[in-house]
Amino acid sequence: MGRLLEVKNLRTQFKTFDGIVKAVDGVSFYLDEKEIIGIVGESGCGKSVTQLSIMQLINRPGKIVGGEVWFEGKDLLKYKQHGPEMRSIRGGKIAMIFQEPMTSLNPVLTLGYQLAESLILHLKMSKEEARKRAIELLGMVGIPSPEDRIDDYPHQFSGGMRQRVMIAMALACNPKILIADEPTTSLDVTTQAQLLELMVDMVHKFNSSLILVTHNLGVVARYAQRIYIMYAGRIVEEGTCKEIFKRPRHPYTKGLLRSVPRLDVEGERLIPIEGLPPRLTDLPDQCAFLPRCPYKTEKCSTSPMPELRSVPGEGHKIRCYVDIPEVDYATV
Amino acid sequence: MPQSKNDVVLEVKDLKMHFPITRGLFRKVVGMVKAVDGISFALKRGETLGLVGESGCGKTTVGRCISRLYQPTSGEIYFKGKNIADVPEKELKPLRRNISMIFQDPYSSLDPRQNAGSIVGEPMVVHRLVKSRDEYKEKVKHLFEIVGLNPELTTRYPHEFSGGQRQRIGIARALAADPDVIICDEPVSALDVSIQAQIINLLMDLKSEGEKRLTYIFIAHDLSVVKHISDRIAVMYLGRIVELTTPRELYNNPLHPYTQALLSAVPVPDPEVEENRERIILEGEVPSPLFPPNGCALHQRCPIATPECSKTVPPLRECSEDHWVACLRI
Repeated sequence: MGRLLEVKNLRTQFKTFDGIVKAVDGVSFYLDEKEIIGIVGESGCGKSVTQLSIMQLINRPGKIVGGEVWFEGKDLLKYKQHGPEMRSIRGGKIAMIFQEPMTSLNPVLTLGYQLAESLILHLKMSKEEARKRAIELLGMVGIPSPEDRIDDYPHQFSGGMRQRVMIAMALACNPKILIADEPTTSLDVTTQAQLLELMVDMVHKFNSSLILVTHNLGVVARYAQRIYIMYAGRIVEEGTCKEIFKRPRHPYTKGLLRSVPRLDVEGERLIPIEGLPPRLTDLPDQCAFLPRCPYKTEKCSTSPMPELRSVPGEGHKIRCYVDIPEVDYATV
Repeated sequence: MPQSKNDVVLEVKDLKMHFPITRGLFRKVVGMVKAVDGISFALKRGETLGLVGESGCGKTTVGRCISRLYQPTSGEIYFKGKNIADVPEKELKPLRRNISMIFQDPYSSLDPRQNAGSIVGEPMVVHRLVKSRDEYKEKVKHLFEIVGLNPELTTRYPHEFSGGQRQRIGIARALAADPDVIICDEPVSALDVSIQAQIINLLMDLKSEGEKRLTYIFIAHDLSVVKHISDRIAVMYLGRIVELTTPRELYNNPLHPYTQALLSAVPVPDPEVEENRERIILEGEVPSPLFPPNGCALHQRCPIATPECSKTVPPLRECSEDHWVACLRI
């Protein structure tokens, strides 16, 4: 397995009247070929902005202020946002599925047109070829009688169907990387299960890699090989899926796992994370989780933000000074 | 409790709520959306009933019928032995005091031009539960404390609070008139994971600590949350209850094929458990409630359906003690 994408020290900020919002503050991660990684965090932790920065889809007042995004031996952040290189990558080699299937399709264009657009643009297909391929793709994502539905408009499809079309559209040009940003959050549970299975199947079929951005710990547990946990614009824990769920070492990850009710565990009292996430305009110099942390020590309040450090376990790193006692999550 | 009959706070019998679809100038009725189509259950004092199902299954409509925000098409709703389904609008005030509601979206369910204190205190004024200004202020402060908000924040406006805090304001308002039943309509689904747990714990604490023995109807689409908080769970599909039982029984021994699929669709945050779980994925999508299928509403998607299923509507019947299922094949 080769390295496909490497993000180094990415920083994206938004200028607002309340000050500079450090939405992404030094995020580094990598993605190997044919791998599925999960990026997990609560709203406002910077997980989506990280993905938009990779695609250079950040507009004013936002700005990518630093970092590198290495893909196929090139640093994507060196390219101009609207330059031809970036345009050939966006939708061509790296594709994205957004959260809301209702708003991410153009309501006044037929699905066939929207599907064929990227085929004609990136793969230089003729109109007829693109239409044929579009029908094929719709069939692959499980739209019944695709040759009749191709000339329909988005409003004629249900939410789940639209997200299927989004998947077809994202995979149309056989991208190397698929970024799925909360792909199923607005859908019902049974539809969610259908679509995740479909998406992962398709990613395998196209030999692509997948970045799964979500707040749902169950979804990443089911599909991801490696996980990154984000809090207040930074990665606070990374490691293999099994390792993180079995031995979470960052107090935030531990707290997150303990605060979700589990279907397979009898209803004991949940242990919530007290307090609120910090405001991104005035982040403390110390650890951002400090005010909510049950394990904090003297050192945490006097030292600067901890760096990611390796802990036992394959590729397992945490951004924390404290070695919290090792207790199996299942027995907590 | 002096009499055993008093134990049942709320009883719903064959509740139906059909919404007409109208067309044209004369609003001719062209169809009926059968949002709720014959639902029955009973709730004991201090019990929590979870209502789960996917969007469009009618779970919210049930809640709104019980609180009489809707006038049900037919059926009976007994609250403390009195049928409230046909009580005229004018006489609803005492009922509204006894049955209150917590809404899903803490961002749109609070009046942005009213401060937090008056949002919470309003039910007490409306129902004349306080005698003096001082008593009112005292009670509002007390409610703030109960739900874990700083009592000094009474003069702040909703936009100054976070989502979790707003939901606490919503809960305080629901408690203000000292109700018997609280209908919680997706109270945590708009909140972040770490905040969800705070609110769930608060709701559970209110029930166990208060002297009143609150009764909840907890409406949600997230089965793991419902399982955590409920004493009994009713799984709904297209306007009907398909299975009704205790959380433990529902998880260990789900009988209805829809419940089985719903359970297997909820991912568990543990990769090792996930690896060995069996997945049942239903084909297709939920049919439109405007044109519900004949017979069992699930028969087109059901893995064990027989031709009989497309003809007969399965009744809800008791399979084992306190385990009710609506399926012909079981």
